[in-house]
Amino acid sequence: MATVLVVTSGKGGVGKTTSTAALGAALAQQGQHVVVVDFDVGLRNLDLVMGAERRVVFDLINVVQGDAKLPQALIRDKRIDTLSLLPASQTRDKEALTAEGVARVINELREKFDWVICDSPAGIERGATLAMRHADAAVVVTNPEVSSVRDSDRIIGMLDSKTAKAEKGERIEKHLLLTRYDPVRAARGEMLKTEDVLEILSIPLLGIIPESEDVLRASNLGTPVTIGSPNSVPAKAYAEAARRLRGETLVVTVPADRRGFMGRLFGRRAVA
Amino acid sequence: MNLMSLFRRRDSAPVARERLQVLLAHERAFVGKSDLLAVLQEEIIAVIARHVTIERERVQIKLDRGDPISILEIDVEVPSAAAAAALREARPAMAS
Repeated sequence: MATVLVVTSGKGGVGKTTSTAALGAALAQQGQHVVVVDFDVGLRNLDLVMGAERRVVFDLINVVQGDAKLPQALIRDKRIDTLSLLPASQTRDKEALTAEGVARVINELREKFDWVICDSPAGIERGATLAMRHADAAVVVTNPEVSSVRDSDRIIGMLDSKTAKAEKGERIEKHLLLTRYDPVRAARGEMLKTEDVLEILSIPLLGIIPESEDVLRASNLGTPVTIGSPNSVPAKAYAEAARRLRGETLVVTVPADRRGFMGRLFGRRAVA
Repeated sequence: MNLMSLFRRRDSAPVARERLQVLLAHERAFVGKSDLLAVLQEEIIAVIARHVTIERERVQIKLDRGDPISILEIDVEVPSAAAAAALREARPAMAS
């Protein structure tokens, strides 16, 4: 039984695409059959973050409109063979996405994969509502910052009212993924703490991804962080988040900085 | 020393947390009713106009969202008898 997962946030730039790539890769590394689907029509980027930008021939719109068959549009990852990408169109606009077409493609993907991960565009409009429409579960990506938390709250409200599951009176499973977290600044009272965000949004925590140069490096290279630097702090956090998605119960820890005591001391001095 | 440096001395995260809690409590309550104030304004004007002659520009409605209570402030300027008569002359519909 496949799970359709939407990665969403409302606000842009919080790490939806990065997290889609990392979670998708992590699940695939754990042996699951995964497809990551880019819903950001006109501003596609998942292909770039996955390192497949030169292999795109057909896209989601082509499949929705029947110009290409699904297997023609799917791009198999070269590093992990259980991972595939369905890219968005760069030239068309999101009006080309029809509700019926998306439903048909999602159903077809459900038959081929264990996980269908939909990377939502920012905002609360058509692209975002279509990305969440058929989801069984949602990952709400949030930064510990006021505007991101507010937008996440709005998205949670939409997940509970605008999805097919919600309309049938069922509950959609929601998970909070806190990204770009800086434990040092949170401890100093300069950044919202994990508990603050959890209390405000009141959905269960899937993981905490620290602000990290490994994440930037991963997108520079087009290699999801769980593949490129599997032993880095963010990669481990994503891998654990993926295991929680599969139903494992693991205690969420605040990821420790890799720098030792001295490093943190100097880091602190540099900021102050 | 500017205002920002004054603020930086104190922890800003608790302020962020409190602002969010108050804001979201309201946004959750008013989802789908974003024009609540406009509706209130129209209905309040209609009720008052039934009894007193007023000018619609002289009715101010403000909502100050707070915790634990919010304040809905309605400010109606009621013209003096003479001014009201003049108004009735000019716009008989409002007074009826």
